[in-house]
This record gives sequence, structure tokens and C-alpha cells, in this order.
Amino acid sequence: MGVRTWIEGWPVYRQLTGTDPLGRGAASQSARSKNLTARTETADSMARSVCPYCAVGCGQRIFVKDGEVVQIEGDPDSPISKGRLCPKGSASKSLVTSDRRQKKVLYRRPYGTDWEELDLETAMDMIADRVLAAREETWEDRDEDGRPLNRTLGISSLGGATLDNEENYLIKKLFTAMGAIQIENQARI
Amino acid sequence: MGANSLYGPLDPAPDAGYVDAPPRMGFFTDTSVCIGCKACEVACKEWNGVPDDGFNLLGHSYDNTGGLSANSWRAVAFIEQPAVVPAGPVDALAEAAAGRSDALAEAGCGGAGTTREPEFLGMPGTDLPGRTPDAPRTDFRWLMMSNVCKHCTHAGCLDVCPTGALFRTEFGTVVVQEDVCNGCGYCIPACPYGVIDQRKDDGRAWKCTLCYDRIGDGLTPACAQACPTQSIQYGELDELRARAAERVEKLKDQGARLYGHDPDDGVGGDGAFFLLLDEPEVYGLPPDPIVATRDLPAMWKRAGLAGLAMAAAVAVSFLGGRR
Amino acid sequence: MAEAHPVGFQYVVEAKNRGAKIIHVDPRFTRTSALADEFVAVRAGADIAFLGGVINYILSNEKDFREYVVAYTNASMLVSEEFQDTEDLDGLFSGYDTELNVYDQTSWQYAGQRAEGQEEDEAHADRETASGLEQESHGPPIPADVPRDLTLRDPRCVYQILKRHYARYTPEVVEQVCGVPQDAFLSVCEAWTSNSGRERTTALVYSVGWTQHSVGVQYIRTGAIIQLLLGNMGRPGGGVMALRGHASIQGSTDIPTLFNLLPGYLPMPHHQQHETFRDWVDAIRNPEQKGFWANAEAYAVSLLKAYWGDAATEDNDWGYGWLPRLTGDHGTYQQVLDMIDGKIKGYFLLGQNPAVGSAHGKAQRLGMANLDWLVVRDLFMIESATFWKDGPEVATGEIIPAECRTEVFFMPAASHAEKEGTFTQTQRMLQWREKAVDPPGDCRSELWFFYHLGRRLRERLAGSTLDRDQGLLNLTWDYPLHGDEPSGEDVLREINGYTTADRELVPGFASLKADGSTACGCWIYSGVFKDGVNQAARRKPGREQDWVAREWGWAWPADRRTLYNRASADPEGRPWSERKKYVWWDPDKGEWTGYDVPDFEKNKPPSYRPPEGATGVAAISGDDAFIMQGDGKGWLYAPSGLIDGPLPTHYEPVESAVANPLYGQQANPTRKRYDRADNPMNPSQSAVYPYVFSTSRLTEHHTAGGMSRQLAYLSELQPEMFVEVSPQLAAERGLEHLGWATIVTARAAIEARVMVTDRLRPLRIDGRVVHQLWLPYHWGNEGLVTGDSANDLIGITLDPNVLIQESKVGTCDIRPGRRPTGPALIAFVNDYRKRADGSQ
Repeated sequence: MGVRTWIEGWPVYRQLTGTDPLGRGAASQSARSKNLTARTETADSMARSVCPYCAVGCGQRIFVKDGEVVQIEGDPDSPISKGRLCPKGSASKSLVTSDRRQKKVLYRRPYGTDWEELDLETAMDMIADRVLAAREETWEDRDEDGRPLNRTLGISSLGGATLDNEENYLIKKLFTAMGAIQIENQARI
Repeated sequence: MGANSLYGPLDPAPDAGYVDAPPRMGFFTDTSVCIGCKACEVACKEWNGVPDDGFNLLGHSYDNTGGLSANSWRAVAFIEQPAVVPAGPVDALAEAAAGRSDALAEAGCGGAGTTREPEFLGMPGTDLPGRTPDAPRTDFRWLMMSNVCKHCTHAGCLDVCPTGALFRTEFGTVVVQEDVCNGCGYCIPACPYGVIDQRKDDGRAWKCTLCYDRIGDGLTPACAQACPTQSIQYGELDELRARAAERVEKLKDQGARLYGHDPDDGVGGDGAFFLLLDEPEVYGLPPDPIVATRDLPAMWKRAGLAGLAMAAAVAVSFLGGRR
Repeated sequence: MAEAHPVGFQYVVEAKNRGAKIIHVDPRFTRTSALADEFVAVRAGADIAFLGGVINYILSNEKDFREYVVAYTNASMLVSEEFQDTEDLDGLFSGYDTELNVYDQTSWQYAGQRAEGQEEDEAHADRETASGLEQESHGPPIPADVPRDLTLRDPRCVYQILKRHYARYTPEVVEQVCGVPQDAFLSVCEAWTSNSGRERTTALVYSVGWTQHSVGVQYIRTGAIIQLLLGNMGRPGGGVMALRGHASIQGSTDIPTLFNLLPGYLPMPHHQQHETFRDWVDAIRNPEQKGFWANAEAYAVSLLKAYWGDAATEDNDWGYGWLPRLTGDHGTYQQVLDMIDGKIKGYFLLGQNPAVGSAHGKAQRLGMANLDWLVVRDLFMIESATFWKDGPEVATGEIIPAECRTEVFFMPAASHAEKEGTFTQTQRMLQWREKAVDPPGDCRSELWFFYHLGRRLRERLAGSTLDRDQGLLNLTWDYPLHGDEPSGEDVLREINGYTTADRELVPGFASLKADGSTACGCWIYSGVFKDGVNQAARRKPGREQDWVAREWGWAWPADRRTLYNRASADPEGRPWSERKKYVWWDPDKGEWTGYDVPDFEKNKPPSYRPPEGATGVAAISGDDAFIMQGDGKGWLYAPSGLIDGPLPTHYEPVESAVANPLYGQQANPTRKRYDRADNPMNPSQSAVYPYVFSTSRLTEHHTAGGMSRQLAYLSELQPEMFVEVSPQLAAERGLEHLGWATIVTARAAIEARVMVTDRLRPLRIDGRVVHQLWLPYHWGNEGLVTGDSANDLIGITLDPNVLIQESKVGTCDIRPGRRPTGPALIAFVNDYRKRADGSQ
């Protein structure tokens, strides 16, 4: 930065020499203010998404910079929402980026009084073991009249109304194939 | 620089030295379609990284924000107006006959034969609603209004800022520059609306920037973009004023009136103005805001005159001394 | 609507600005009421009386849209001579079985209909399995040909039965039952009827609190009857709109995570009713019936092919034998009670928080405390994961952490930004979401979790020759991995369906075959990948399209945006009016055309009449607008399929402050009850629980709070649990604004801050004052802001058709001050219960 530019950067210099002698506008604008730009404009990518709260299905644009979500706002293209969001939809960035989100698997052993951390793969193995054990223990081949039942009533599940159709499809497919029928979600509540 | 640049109508951006300034931008907040969802509050905070304002149940209907502050740049006010309290036309007439003409006037303003309480006082009533003509509950109103910095044509906060932290943008809006503000706090009492506020932890002053970073890139401010019902409209001020004039005409029998739209008011008109359904005071807005620096030229003039007078007096005294 | 669906409410505001009249009927004045032209305060639980009054107004003033009613509804159908109405039986219909508390529905049928069941046993099984839910997309069995009287004068025709049934729902009765002044009620009737007909339509919008009543399905039917009588169905600006509350709750019913359904509303097999593949398929397609369900075998076989691929053959009935069978009620509430009874070992919670969100919170938590293991998948730490640590029962001593055996796995979930897939919103529209970022840490999608769980299970069972393992081992689970999870698009392709020979994507459900040559994961979603394009990902900006915006997302079935839109044209296929034209017959081109995909066979002319003996699609006449119904008509009267009666009838809520002013029958006689000591109900009309309460959402929070009470920007907006009471009730009970109050039912006592407000008002019901109070249900003990949970107050009684709980109305007491803590809380609740039982 040359001396001249440096001096021209002084608000007082600009105030005295420019069009803003009272120094309330152009002359007072700081370099930061001058260079401000919306972070949506400088994002690396933008994903077209849908709000995860209620069932109106408002369009969202998710802006990402350096692998982090930097803004989530309404998608003006959506004929449903026309770019608008309610307070919950508007809080979606907080939902996704919150420090309060749980990012580690936690495990509470029987009769335990606190959480312990657990490795993801270990947890998956343990859950698979328990599913098979519960299934074996409670399996019903046939009813008392000999008609097929082919099921377990030892396993339950609740959830799905905030999940994707593709996820629900796999959940229902897997549970049905292993004979678990007690699959429910918010639609019953 | 015009002679009236501290008062009266003017276009603030050119006045603040912007050559070829873009049109003045602002908000028109139409409270007749506000549903009090507070999307504006959240969208503002998400975009501007404004901290939360504490978790306090205030009991002011659904307003737990408690007005504008350094940590709340949009704040939705909720006003529950109980039903018209029965007074009865006969009573009003009797009162009028007895010489109290205001009884009739009040009755007229609240609907035939009724008077209206301006605000819910939390007092238990005793009447039982039903098909009794003297308990017409249908007039209950729940008013909502998303308040925001007015971006005054003559902004007291800006005029008193000694550091140049507050400045007028090319869009005619008023912005605190966080890299310049030193937390002196002069701006706080200078705002006739009580909008600008200091943040406790860092001492600096904060308020709505009308999303200066967004509008510079041609985007809509976060609150206006989120607003589900277009209660908050963003655009060129001239156009917004025209739209508002139409709207107020349409809703005049509901008591609609504009607030902050008039360039001849005490702040030279607001960059963010409102359509209200009741008196400004009902919403917690000052009825007749005046920029604190309005009288500055006159004060300077008087100060100058006083100075001259004093100089004269001194001269006289010297002269007298010589006598 | 403004409260819980603010962005949807923009259209209401827009309509109002264009001159539409907005009427809001609700127990309390809400943010919706604030913008309505008229607000009508109604007693919670009295909706059928109110809407029945509207029906009576329409019929006694002949305000129905007669041409529409005659052509498109079953008004002219004659009903069996055996049928007896609630008028004849003091609130019961004919066929009531006092032992099983269900109806033999034979007498409800159309005249001349073959007596084919819905006898008590079957009705009982249907209630246990919530079979009403299958009718989300189709009507129950009915023969194609029924005697009709097009003059609507025959006393046995549906129109006349309807008229008699609702004759007693007069404005006086509406006032007496609902607390709505007659002039306010009549004003609604006049507005609704005068704004319906050829030139105008009226929309009915309900929030799904309507479903949470012991007569929930009948609430919605009452609305549907009005909309049919006024000609508002299948037409632009009309309809019955459900405002559903979760991003893909519609999707989770279409591709169900529900015990009684398979994808596309195919029933889960019942051990008795559907022992064989043929039993099952015929029960769905009803061989003699009209309509598109006649092709159900193709949908069913294609689903089994999608599940089991090459292993599903004609010889093994396409793997039907691997499907598990229902024996009764396996719904979420039955499960919870079974958990308490120690019958269930393990429980998965997938983005769901029953400790706060389900009725009878204590039962939920005690159930979870009696499992072998629990897997909780969520974004944040929720109450259902910590009931053993700091839940309310830990405070009372009912759960002692060191003695609670449940093993808990908390598996952090990926957010909506961290995975790709479709949500189905409330108007049946699928919208594809792109993935923005990878999930952090151990967070994973459900797609990841269930794919890898399935992979592990199959690996562990590999080589097993046990019959029970073959369903798992033969399952098509070979999804190509992208990174370490399947691609959502691959799964969506399977859902769309493909030919088994060369895996070509099918264009829609009409291409599905019953011979094993096609596979399809969900027939009603078939077409979502039409032409190899992810139709749900279409994003042509709304402003570049007409108002129907068909090039945004994809709606089932077949991308139709308004169901039954054939009814938007008259029987001859012409628009009812220029103003309201939507879909019509183009005689020159010989096809249906319009703004939407016609919900009708494209080239079937309005003049088409089926040949004698026709069934299925061929039996649909050119003026049968309701193509999924067994008779092609919109049902004013339901001759079968509903457990609690062919016509909506006002019953009081299970817990009511008043005696039923209309009939001797107090509450829904067929409601699903769980009479157990741990599920006590308040006695009706109890002086101990004198007040009516309702619960719902606040704009600022989401359901059980897991996605809102964890966020500072939402928590600060509504930071505390509160209860709204009228100034009159506050005076009666000594409650102070912002003070504390304790609310008590037979299940629980909770505390809340008091909001005294004129938005709540006492009502005059049947000559006496009834106070209502209101609670939001978002709070629990985890999160940035915490508080007692309103759902703890609620007991478990269910609607018999769909097994949804009555959680929008109950009775309670309210008193000033905070509730007791520790064991004293239990004693406090018990004392109330004893006093209530003692006074009966």
C-alpha cells in the first residue's frame, strides 16, 4: 500500500476532499464495510434441499464453504414456499451446525449410572447381536391352529416421519424380512 | 449539502456524499398481515450471527423478546385487545346529555355504543360470553408487529457518533460498522425510538443493518426474505410508499394508518415504516419521534449568537473599564 | 394454520387479500384467528356436532350442489332395509355387539348387496389392525352395481338417511353442545354454502389434531361429507386439506413404518384373514369391484419381487410365506404396554421422542425402563434416551438408575443437510433433497444404519437352513455403495419399479404385472423415476410456470396434484364454470386435458358406460369421478370399512365435562380401550376434574422439542412451559398471571407458568359454564429450555379405525402453585384419583 493510498484511506482525508464534508456517509465507510459481500455469494456450493420440520415442504438452499454449512435460507424458486421460511425453518442452520448435537456414539450399560463412549463399529456389532438374540428368543413359527406367523414380537421400532422415503423403505424391508412387525411412526400418534 | 440536512425531507444517500447513489431502500412492515411467527427474528439472527437474548418468559402475550436490543434486531410485539367493553348507547347518550361529550366520541371510535380499553391488563372479567348482546366477544383483537430500526432520514445515532462507526450507506440506510465502533454509547440516547443498544459483553453498539452485506449483492434482507406472509416487504422506498398508500386506503375502515412514512415528520421520514391498526403507542412506538439533532443548527445559531453577545459584553466591559 | 404451518398460511393471506372470507373454528383464539374474518370458539371435542349442524343446514335448506351430488356421490344409492340409525337406537347403529363392542356391519350395506361379512369377528380384527388406514388410497369392498334413486326421494336412499340422521343437529343443539352462539354458527353456514357451487369453491383445512380423538376419523369424514354435498371435492380451491406436522409423515404412511401396512397401502397379512397369497391378494382387489384396486395383484407381486428378487417365484407365491403375520393390535401403544409387561426385548427410536411426544409419558418411560436394549437415533440428546438418568420417574423413585436394566445405545444421526433423499410433503408431493455436506463424527443416516445392520444380520445368518432365516437371506440387499452407504437414488429406482429381465425403469403403476416380470417397491410411487429421470428432483422455478407448477417435484399417484380432479368437470366433461376450470374432456382430441394430470383414464369419454358384468377399471363409468372407490362415487355414507358407524355421530370425548346432549350413548362405543391399572381414565363429568383441556403446538417449537428446545434462537422465543387460562378461570381458581399452576389428571400432575388471556373463554354448554384451558406440549427435561410435559397428562384411548390416541381433549383440575416433588407427587395424583373414584 503506497502512502498515497494510505492517506486516501483516512476518513478525515476523504471527508475534507470528497463529497461528504460532514463525514456521515461515503467518507466514513470502512474498508470492511466497503468489501462486505453476502456469504451466500462466496460459498463453494449450494444444495437444493427441503425444510426438515413440518410437512409444508418449503424449499431450502444450503450454502457450503470449506465443507461447513454457512447459511440455510428459503429457496425463492419453490412454488410452495416462494423463498419463505417460518422461525423453525429459519433456524435450520443452527439445527445442523449446533454444538449441542451429539456426534459420538454413547452407551449406557445395564444398571449403569452414566454414559460411556463406544466405537461406532462395535456398537453396530452389538446391536446386530442383540437383534438376532431377541428374534431367536421370541420367534413364533405358527399360531395354535398351525397357520404361519413367521414373526417376532420381541422387537419394536418407532420413528420415520422425519426420515426419507428411501430410508423408510429400507427399514420396512429389513424389519419385514426378519419377521419384526412392530414398526410404528408418528403417523399413528 | 443542503441547509436542512439535519431536519426535513431529503434523500439521505446523496446528502451523505454518494454520487449516483442507487435508489433508497427500506422496509414496509404491514402489520395487518403479520402472524407473529417470529421468522424475522430468527432469520435475522442466523444471518447476522446475533447472540440469543436470554430465555425469559415475559408474559407480554407471546412476546418473550421484549423489544429491540443489541441482541434482537427484529422484535415482534403482541398486543391482546380484549373485546369491546359494554357501555351501552343509552349510557353514552346520558353521559353526553350530562355534558360529557367525550363519552360519545369514545363510543364512536370503538363501535356503536361501546368503549375500548387500549390494552389487556390481565384483570379477570366476570362476564359470561354467549348469546347476550352485551358481551360481543367477536371484537377481540390480537395485534402483532415486527419492529425494527427505522433507518431514519435524519438519524440521531449517526449524527452524534464521534468515531464514524455509524454511517449512511449508499442505499440510504444507517449501519454501525463493528470494526470502527469503540463503544462510547453516545448513539444510545440519541435514538428517538430506543432502538440502538450496546452489547453487554463487548460494549459496542449493535442494530439492524438492513442486511447491508446482502442488499449490496442484490439480495433481500434475511427477515424480509423469510417473512411467510409478506408482512415485511423490502424494496425501493418510493415504491414501498406507493404500495403502502394503496394498502392503507383499502384497510382504512379497520383503523389502518401509516407510521414513519412521512418525510415531514420529526425524523424526516423512516427508511423502515409501518402500517398499523391502532395508535403507535399501543405497539410501544413513540407517537411523534423527533431526531435529537433537529435543533442542532438552531442551537449552534443560538450558541453563536450567545457567543457574539458575550464577546460584545466583554468588549463592552472592556470599553466600560476604560471609561 | 398460522401457528404450525406459517408458510402454508401465506396462501390464506393471499386469498384474503383477494376477497376470500377466512373463518377459524378452534377452542382458543390463535395466531390463525388473529387474521381470520371470523373466529368461532368451540368446545374441544364437539366438532361433529358443529359440522353435523352444517350438514343439517345444507340439507334442510337444499343448499347442496345437486348436479354434483347426484352424479358424483353415493347420495342416490339405496341402503339395506335392515339398517337402523342412531335416531332409532339412541346413539347406536344397527348391529352392535355389546360383548366385543363392535358392529356387525351387514345391515349397513347397500340394498341388494351380497352379505359378505364385516361381521363382528372380522370387525374386531379390523379394529385391532387399524385396517381403516388401508383406505388412505382406496375404498373398502363394495359391489359395482347398486340400486339408485336419482330423484333422491326414496326414504332408503343415502340422501334421505343423511337428512334424518342430522335433522337433530339444529342451530340450537349446536349452541347447546359446542357453546357456539346461533348467529355465529349460521354465519359460518351461510358463508360456506354461498361460496360453493359452480362458480365458487371453499377449502376446508384441518390440522391433524383432528385425528387425535376417539372419533378422529369421523371428524374428517364429517368435513368430507360437507365438501361433497357442496361440490368442493376434486376442484380447484376446494378440498379437504390435512396439515400434517412432519417433513415426511405422508411419506412414512405411503412407504409405511407402520405395523399394519406394506408400501402403497397394501395390508400386512393377518394370520386368519390372509393365510394364503390368494386370500391376501383377493382381500385387496375384491374381484367384483370397480376401480384401480382391481389390479392389486400386480402391485403385490411387484412388491414381493422388489423384496426377494429371483428368489420370489410363482411356485413359492412370490415369497409370500416369508411375510410375518399380524394377530391383532401391534400398534405403538400396545407395544408400550407390552414393554411394561416385559414382553418386548428391544426397541428402536428413529428420530422420535415418545417420552415427551406420545400420550401417557409415564407409561412410555416405564416401558423403556423395562427393555433389554434400546437404540436411540437422533440429532440431540432427547428425553427418551435419558429416562434412566434424569427422567421424572427418577425424581419420584419409580426408576432407580442402578436397578434399571435397559441397555441404551445412542447413535447420532445425520441431519437433512447431510444426506440425499425424498420427503413427501402434506400434498403428497415428493421433493428430492441434495446432500450438502458429510455428516460429522459418528453421525450417520438411517440409510447407512439399516443397510449395515441388514448386512451384519445376513452375514451372521449366512448358511442357515432354518425356514425363518430364508426371508432375510434371500432379501435383495446388494445395493451398490457410494462411499460406505447405498445411494438414495438407487433405492428410489427400486421404489419406482423396473422390469426384472433387463432392469428397465417402468413409467408408472399401469405397467406393473402380476407375472413376476416387474418389481416395484411402492406402486403408488411408480413413475417417480419415469424416463430414467428423478422426477422428484425437478426444480423449474414456480414463477416460470402456471399456478399448478407441475414441473416442481412429483406427486403420487402419477404426478396428479389434485386428487379426483375428474370432478372439476361436469358429468359431460365440461368445466363446471370458466372460473373454476381445471380438467376437462376435449371431444376433438378424444382425451381428458387441463392444467393437471387428469385423475381418469386419458381416453375414456364421459359418455362411457361399462358393459354388464364388467369389473375393475373397465367398470368405471365415464362419470365415476372417484375412481379408487368400489362404486366410483364419493361417499356421504360409508356402507362398510368404518368400525364406528356409516355416518359421523356426535359422541362425547372419553373424558368429558358434560353428558352427551344428543344421545344416551355417551362416548364412541367402539373406541379402542386399554383398561389397566396403569392407564386410568378420569370419570366423565367428574367434579374432581372439572375443566376441559386441549394441547397443541406453538409456532416457535417443534413437537417434542428435540429439534427446537435444543436451539437458542427458538428457545428464547418460547422459553417456558405455560398454561393458558381465561380471566374467569383464573379468578375462579386464584391463578395469577406468570405465577405457577399445577394441572392434574388421573395419570399425572404437571406444573406450568400461568398465562391469563382473553384468548381463552368459558363456554356455556348445555346450560352450564365450561372452562377450557390450553397447554403446549413441547417441553421435557432435556434441552436449553426445560419443563413438564403436557402429554404426561393424557391417557391411552384410541380411535377404533386407525388406533390413534385421544390426546386433544381431556379433563383435569388446575390449582395455583407448583406441584409436589419426589414420592409426594405420586401420592398427590393418587389422592385425586381416589377422590374421583369415590365420588362416582
